[in-house]
Amino acid sequence: MTETNSVFETRSLSIFYGNFMAVTDVNINIPRHKITAIIGPSGCGKSTLLRAFNRMNELVPDTHIHGEVLFEGQNLYEKNVDPVEVRYRIGMVFQKANPFPKSIYENVAWAARIHGFKGDMDELVESSLRQAALWDEVKDILKQSGLSLSGGQQQRLCIARAIAVKPEVILMDEPASALDPIATLKIEELMQELKQKYTIVIVTHNMQQAARVSDYTAMMMLTGETRAGTVIEFEATNKIFTRPSDKRTEDYVTGRFG
Amino acid sequence: MRKTFETEIQQLKDELLVLGSMVEQQIVGSVEALKKRDIDASRRIYEIDLQVNARRYAIEEQVMVAIATQQPMAHDLRLLASILEVSGELERMGDYAKGIATINIRMGEQPLLKPLIDIPRMAQKGADMLHRALTAFINEDADAARAIPLEDDEVDNLYTQVYHELMMFVIQDAKTIERANWLLWVAHNLERVADRVTNICERTVFIATGEMKEIRATDDENSK
Repeated sequence: MTETNSVFETRSLSIFYGNFMAVTDVNINIPRHKITAIIGPSGCGKSTLLRAFNRMNELVPDTHIHGEVLFEGQNLYEKNVDPVEVRYRIGMVFQKANPFPKSIYENVAWAARIHGFKGDMDELVESSLRQAALWDEVKDILKQSGLSLSGGQQQRLCIARAIAVKPEVILMDEPASALDPIATLKIEELMQELKQKYTIVIVTHNMQQAARVSDYTAMMMLTGETRAGTVIEFEATNKIFTRPSDKRTEDYVTGRFG
Repeated sequence: MRKTFETEIQQLKDELLVLGSMVEQQIVGSVEALKKRDIDASRRIYEIDLQVNARRYAIEEQVMVAIATQQPMAHDLRLLASILEVSGELERMGDYAKGIATINIRMGEQPLLKPLIDIPRMAQKGADMLHRALTAFINEDADAARAIPLEDDEVDNLYTQVYHELMMFVIQDAKTIERANWLLWVAHNLERVADRVTNICERTVFIATGEMKEIRATDDENSK
């Protein structure tokens, strides 16, 4: 993977909650227009690492990092970087769908409007909902509350909302763990569409999901005396799930622990 | 969960060993029957072949269920995929033995062109290689698996010897051509058995190391 094809590059990245080191010494490159999955046992720092990519960890008091997270070559944690701007360019979708208690239309339009969008809002809402594979289901009920939708539809609405501000990256933290298999499949197929335009990083507990949807996989584990999480293997997904190099990855993906 | 799965894998390996020993019997037995011109014994090879086929399908079914229910990854996945492949190889080896049985039956009242010496050696050698290849497979012993295909040359040399001998008969008396051809076909089947042993060994290396490549540089199937 050459550097120009990477959207993110982490350099000796460690993440702390107060004195507690949650993640240590992560050095990975996230490839452009690919889906990268982060897998590993509970509590190994997957979500913490994911949130470091758009500075979401800062919303937790007393969080700080060592090392660097380069986004398109620029360190996201430099003093002059505006975290709000970062979160526009690097959107996020959470485990639990969290639409605003507003209309479907407003859910999509709101962030773009705040962000100073001056174009044709109807068009933006439609194209965002289309990209999120939700348009056909909601085009006649745009005035209804976003909360009236099913769980799977709400999650796609959140994806549409993330897309509306035209981000470059979409971070997904267990986006389908609360959904049934059919809604999950829709999200997974949507991800394949979205990667044409966006870089996607997804945290998932579901290994079959990681194997199905991702191009690259980062395997995380707690290591060393500090028991902080780190990436122990980062490879093409096909390799991770058929012939991993690290014995610990092998044990994890075959269900021997975790 | 893991314990259930491991029991399933062990059962599959056991099934594969049973299948393998049936095929070994088929190979040695088919040549033995030919040597003695024992038609009934050749018919029994047919019956074993039906059982071999049924067992192969049963293994395939079990592997499919394991894949669907356990969603195997990494080593487990390589092992299950290889069991599918190897059970197919064994079944084909059984077909070679059945082919030899068919020749004995078709020869009817005609005597053997010559006493069988090298052909039973080929059968014995092939069955012996098969036995050790399956042991290496079950133990996932890559080193043992890499060594076995080198012995294939021995089988190939016996084949060449048989070939030249039979050609001499044909040159001296063209009327022997049909009987020579039958024996040549028997030798060819045995030579193929040894080639398929190599395929089993390649799968063993794959399970143990994740490396998928031919152990021998030449592809015997294409070079003949």
